[in-house]
Amino acid sequence: MSQKIRVVIAKPGLDGHDRGAKVIARALRDSGMEVIYTGLRQTPEQIVGAALQEDADVIGLSILSGAHMHICPRVMELLKEKGLEDVLVVIGGIIPDVDIPKLQAMGIKGIFLPGSPMQEIIEYINANVRRRAEAI
Amino acid sequence: MKTAAESEKQRWEREVLGPALQKSPERRIPFTTISGRPIDRLYTRDDLPGFDAARDLATPGTFPYTRGIHPTGYRGRLWTMRQFAGFGTPEETNDRYRTLLQAGGTGLSVAFDLPTLMGRDPDHPLSLGEVGKCGVSIVSLADMERLFDGIALGNITTSMTINSPAPMIFAMYLVVAEKQGADWKTLSGTIQNDILKEFIAQKEYIYPPRESMRLITDVFAFCANEVPKWNTISVSGYHIREAGSTAAQELAFTLRDGIEYVQYGVDAGLDVDVFAPQISFFFNSHSDFFEEIAKFRAARKLWADVMRNRFKAKNERSWKLRFHTQTAGVSLTAQQPYNNVVRTALQALAAVLGGTQSLHTNSLDEALALPTADTATLALRTQQIIAYESGVTNSVDPLGGSYFLEKLTLDMEHEARRYFDVIDRMGGMVEAVEQGFPQREIAEASYRFQQSVEMRDKIIVGVNDFVQEDEEPIPILYIDDTTANRQLARLHELKQTRDNEAVRRALGALQSAARGGANTMYPLLDCVRAYATVGEMCDALREVWGEYEEVPLI
Repeated sequence: MSQKIRVVIAKPGLDGHDRGAKVIARALRDSGMEVIYTGLRQTPEQIVGAALQEDADVIGLSILSGAHMHICPRVMELLKEKGLEDVLVVIGGIIPDVDIPKLQAMGIKGIFLPGSPMQEIIEYINANVRRRAEAI
Repeated sequence: MKTAAESEKQRWEREVLGPALQKSPERRIPFTTISGRPIDRLYTRDDLPGFDAARDLATPGTFPYTRGIHPTGYRGRLWTMRQFAGFGTPEETNDRYRTLLQAGGTGLSVAFDLPTLMGRDPDHPLSLGEVGKCGVSIVSLADMERLFDGIALGNITTSMTINSPAPMIFAMYLVVAEKQGADWKTLSGTIQNDILKEFIAQKEYIYPPRESMRLITDVFAFCANEVPKWNTISVSGYHIREAGSTAAQELAFTLRDGIEYVQYGVDAGLDVDVFAPQISFFFNSHSDFFEEIAKFRAARKLWADVMRNRFKAKNERSWKLRFHTQTAGVSLTAQQPYNNVVRTALQALAAVLGGTQSLHTNSLDEALALPTADTATLALRTQQIIAYESGVTNSVDPLGGSYFLEKLTLDMEHEARRYFDVIDRMGGMVEAVEQGFPQREIAEASYRFQQSVEMRDKIIVGVNDFVQEDEEPIPILYIDDTTANRQLARLHELKQTRDNEAVRRALGALQSAARGGANTMYPLLDCVRAYATVGEMCDALREVWGEYEEVPLI
């Protein structure tokens, strides 16, 4: 069985600005993770479906449009419904300060704002991933 | 045997530079532009062996317009200070427009929200959380009437950043103008209407490429007859650059997109000299000062050549590349946001020295949110200081003749021509896009740049050097859900009060035009007059043409 960390990178909502998602996907892959990029305009249902199907350890959401306070709660709710609470969810994008505690309260602790080094994201995932770490 | 004479530069390198380097070496950093282009320590006439001033530079207002399209530069008229704005409800955005016009702004520029940009009504599942967030929400003609309430469309110029639903939004603008009593023949402004860069970079496409191109040539044909002063397209490099391209890729892909549009127009039976003068361009002004100025100058020179020699255009207006510029949003940092004022000022200066016709300067808080009224005003003031205090507008193309700048301009031109050849061999830009060629080139460049930032080959002040802990947060514009709720209620009300049978008939006529060859603009105007929504009009064409889906690549 592969011991690589499996990551689903997703772009929810209507926004098509995928530069960040693609750069992160590549950086995670170069660091040795298995990366599945969902492509654009994924609903929370599709994202959680992809995580289930791909046996993902991590979901990375890229949101720049301001829709995060609608999309994130739905993703977390669906993960719970499917029994995937141990999937680590991280988010990158433009997140106003006032929303950060609310996202943390939902269980999204890895919040990466513009200018975050790729290395910091890689280290965060390595230190906090739960699923595969337990199985190994 | 006689050896070639030593050049002035070689002599300088031997006699002056060599000893100097031995005493005090240069810093051990890569001397490259932000695009990764190596830059020499000195440029002299020896770097311009084939340079022909009459051919490559000429004089302002003459072919190939390297020094500008106007003989008087900015001495006649300054550039248009056009600040892109839009958020929340049409009423809120209308307020912001009045603020900007009162502060001395000279043109409007509409930012639409994502549902509008993607042709979805606020009640579509994918619109969840997006209504009014990144721009103003426009659902039907009623919203467009609110947006321009009290603003006489006959007296201002308006730019609308809209692509896939450009014909629908443009039709709304025309109907508002009609209701205000303005003559379409005198209306002036721009719709972005550039679908190729959506496939390449920003990804706000709806229909497949060829059907999308059909909508664009319909707009060309319609405007040539009905709205002759309107810029029917703004061929955009801005988004290509924001997606991570180099300066030369931005130049090359944008102009090659322009070639594609002209070719499709000609193939649709239009006279090049009738529609080409209505084509405008839109570039990014990024942080590498001279590379950007060279890019703008090379763009004018290349386009003049393309139009005159490739398309055999006779009208001088077809040869002249006119462009809008926006400073680089992607260069703004969330850290130490006041630094962004300085970045934006330098980028704006590059755009002015490059001869832009119109300019948007970003606000300092745009890495965090849409700008507040105060930061938007400061961004406008930045342009006014360049225009009225710096003195750079006194002479035309003041940097023309600089060895360094002329060399960079030639290098940019040559790099763009190499891309033209590659894309021509693929069959054109539509084919190149279908094969993912420009998309891959940009993704590569973007990753290379990110790595250079990670390795600190490129320093971004406040991000990977000169970092400051414990920054005080600045006040930002926060858009809550009241807009979404209001727009949903209005949509519901609209569907109960309008003549739904008239809407159905108008949408049916639009579909017939789409299936056949009739110009889609006329039935779209009828849809708008019947208060069909953006989502309904776009869905009607989705039923006929289907939707485009890209293959996700990393």
